[in-house]
Amino acid sequence: MANERPKADVVIVGLGWAGSVMAEELTRAGLNVVAIERGAWRDTSTDFPPAVDPDELRWHTRRELLQPMSVETTTFRNKTGQQAAPVRNWNAFQFGWNVGGAGTHWAGMSWRFLPWDFQVATQTAERYGQERLDSLMAEGLQLQDWGVTYDEMAPYYDRFERIAGTSGKAGNLNGQKIKGGNVFEGPRDREYPTPQLKDTNWMSMYRDTTEGMGYNPFTIPAGNISQAYVNPLGVTMGPCTYCGFCDFHGCGNFSKSSPQACILPALMRRSNFTVLTETEVLHAVKHEDGKTVKGVKFVTRDGEEGFQPADVVCITAYQMDNVRLMLLSGIGEQYDPATQQGTIGRNYSYQTCSSVTGFFSGAKMNPFIGGGALGVQIDDFNGDNFDHSELDFIGGAGIMGYSTNGRPIANMNGIRPGNKRWGSEWKEAYARDYQEVANIFCQGTSMPTRDAYLSLDPTYTDRHGQPLLRLTFDWNRNDTSMIDYTTKKAVEIMREAGGEDIMVDNQAEASWNPYKQHSSHTIGGLVMGSNPATSALNPYLQSWDCHNVFSVGASAFPNNGGYNPTLTVGALAVRAARAIHETYINNPGPLVEA
Amino acid sequence: MNRREALFSLGSMAAAGGLASRAGAAELKGFPKQTAMSADHLPTPARSGGGFQVLKSETDQKTVKAVFDRLIPADDFGPSASEAGCLEFLDDQLSGDYGAGKALYLEAPLSPENEEEIMGAPQFLSTPRERYETGLKALEAYAQDTDGAAFHALSPDRIDEILTGLEAGEIDLGEGVNGQAFFELMLQNAREGYLADPLYGGNRDMAGWKMIGFPGARYDYRPYVDRRNEDLGLTPVSLIPND
Ligand SMILES: Cc1cc2nc3c(=O)[nH]c(=O)nc-3n(C[C@H](O)[C@H](O)[C@H](O)COP(=O)(O)OP(=O)(O)OC[C@H]3O[C@@H](n4cnc5c(N)ncnc54)[C@H](O)[C@@H]3O)c2cc1C
Ligand code: SF4
Repeated sequence: MANERPKADVVIVGLGWAGSVMAEELTRAGLNVVAIERGAWRDTSTDFPPAVDPDELRWHTRRELLQPMSVETTTFRNKTGQQAAPVRNWNAFQFGWNVGGAGTHWAGMSWRFLPWDFQVATQTAERYGQERLDSLMAEGLQLQDWGVTYDEMAPYYDRFERIAGTSGKAGNLNGQKIKGGNVFEGPRDREYPTPQLKDTNWMSMYRDTTEGMGYNPFTIPAGNISQAYVNPLGVTMGPCTYCGFCDFHGCGNFSKSSPQACILPALMRRSNFTVLTETEVLHAVKHEDGKTVKGVKFVTRDGEEGFQPADVVCITAYQMDNVRLMLLSGIGEQYDPATQQGTIGRNYSYQTCSSVTGFFSGAKMNPFIGGGALGVQIDDFNGDNFDHSELDFIGGAGIMGYSTNGRPIANMNGIRPGNKRWGSEWKEAYARDYQEVANIFCQGTSMPTRDAYLSLDPTYTDRHGQPLLRLTFDWNRNDTSMIDYTTKKAVEIMREAGGEDIMVDNQAEASWNPYKQHSSHTIGGLVMGSNPATSALNPYLQSWDCHNVFSVGASAFPNNGGYNPTLTVGALAVRAARAIHETYINNPGPLVEA
Repeated sequence: MNRREALFSLGSMAAAGGLASRAGAAELKGFPKQTAMSADHLPTPARSGGGFQVLKSETDQKTVKAVFDRLIPADDFGPSASEAGCLEFLDDQLSGDYGAGKALYLEAPLSPENEEEIMGAPQFLSTPRERYETGLKALEAYAQDTDGAAFHALSPDRIDEILTGLEAGEIDLGEGVNGQAFFELMLQNAREGYLADPLYGGNRDMAGWKMIGFPGARYDYRPYVDRRNEDLGLTPVSLIPND
């Protein structure tokens, strides 16, 4: 093939969080790794130092660090039978496209999923009876375990937290519950790498209020690190300054956990690592027997095509593109909702969320003191932490009082209900309410259904003429009941805290569409599991169909926890990379018998 | 690998190649290239002087000024949109990537009804710049039609009435212009201009930030995070270098 590069042991497609974690593990083990990244090289001192970063218009409003829709977008419809439409403008999906991926501009909330999240099917049957599980399935939910348990994941979570420098306070140390930490978390065997962040005014109000109501508030574990820290790779990070220009922005202080701050300084020095930037992988190329791939076909920014041969292909291109690349490469079988045959595209789901806004007369919240992951949460109504025997749903939501930012354009509609958004009425309202508003966010679980899935769009293509990914999704009854219930709890908290003129934005109230949502947490489509009939990947993130293809991302989640995804993505990346260099490389073949 | 080993291996790798060449003694002339800010990531300030680039027609300028100054009028809370530089801001934005819709997916086919139904809002194949060009002409035509006068000559109350009608989707601006969506576009841009860093031409004297008490392009609030319910009295700062 024209422009064929020298063969690598491993090629990594997409150098974001998952890709850089894997590249670090694999190169440290001595393998020769080539990463191919669609976006450009971006670094702290050159691209988002403090003199450049605090610029809301550029980074948040115009989203200059994000992948534009003109490069690639998705098409969307609520149900089969509708004609999907392309998502033309900025929307809920906020893809990264630079070295570092969305890991550069994420907010940093750094959660381990609950033990329950990995075994929703099994644990629902165990706690509430097989009948309960059967009736949820009959209603259309497609519940299935991950093929990996929390206990098996714990060491990988630990490794990722150490690399990231996560700040927080343990709530369950080796089974011992600790007040002030999250007492509902799975057991961890040591404290967080750095202590929890400080409370803002609103966080301390939220903490006192929820504690007074008998709940268990704790500071959200954060990739905004609280003090100087040197990670296991020898990279030094600095303390977060609560600058409030965090999500959608880079971090100028080396305080946000990111590939730039935590991994690349070590990785880039390794002679067995190469990254091709501004180079897009079009698809993997299969061997004649179809059982393995020989490498990936790519195209550079200047339109030159080439081929990168490799023994192993790791697809770490973010949830949506992971699924799309499998489909474009013809690996595995497209899921069909009518027959439930095929696994690629199966179990797509989102994150069921709502927010509750209240106003505090005369308050000075100083909302500009913020951090992407700065907040206090209660998990009393998350996962299966509360009894669902008498409730008509499973799952729950983390309920947080947050202080992420006071960016003036982003918050300009945060005014008391009944006020106009323009004229002197708006100016008066905003001048007052900017300091008086406070928010609670419910970040909930999402359960997969038979009908929600991903496939290639028959009409629309990207700039290279390859089909876009088509999303078919709407809220399911279980999840809307769940968010109704948890939103009521959030309203009670807001009332108890003294908030007035309370406004509720329940995102699951009307049919889903990408402009009404605020969460970038889109999951599934290439899920892991122990049954090849219902999962695309085995529990080591290895394709059941082509054994030298591994894929890591939130695409591997069969269901969504009531948390942000990245710590779980990072932990899975460590797990997959170790399986590759400890076992696969010496003995290529399926790591689990189908 | 423990930390000492990690540090050691970093050191030996650096010595073996890669960065080693940069670390050696060297005669430097100018800024070392490897650590220079990349040109495409330096902010691009609004052009100053030279007049409007996109809103070239005088009528268009007057129409947009009339709209913006009702969206953000001068009052006790601060200057009007045009006094704060929002027209210069808008023109500058429209003359660049934003105006050209560089980030948008503008591939056909567009099936307007289907897309509006699925997305819950009208979708466009036109760029923001094109939408201003057609929208402002349509507003002027509407005023001539209903009031027999230029849009900018209408009374503030009458302009408010038209804006209210557009916002509610009750005014039809004719073929090819969605009045409600055009209202939202103008409202968004007027307020962006009022609240973005003055570097971009609007928010003159940081008037928008002073209105709400936003301290601007500061980057360290550690000294203030423990303070409760206090007016911190922080004067805003902008990305524009001080002289
Ligand atoms: C604004 C925002 C806030 C967020 N906040 C949080 C949070 O608080 N907590 C949390 O847990 N998560 C958060 N997330 C999510 C988090 O960013 C992602 O979960 C994480 O980055 C996923 O890692 P990844 O490696 O799968 O993808 P990424 O880090 O995005 O990396 C994927 C990379 O692949 C590249 N790529 C894609 N296709 C190709 C191709 N064909 N060829 C070559 N390269 C390709 C992309 O350019 C990208 O660089 C947030 C996301 C956003 C957008
Ligand atoms: S809030 Fe903290 S972690 Fe986030 S960008 Fe600012 S300094 Fe960095």
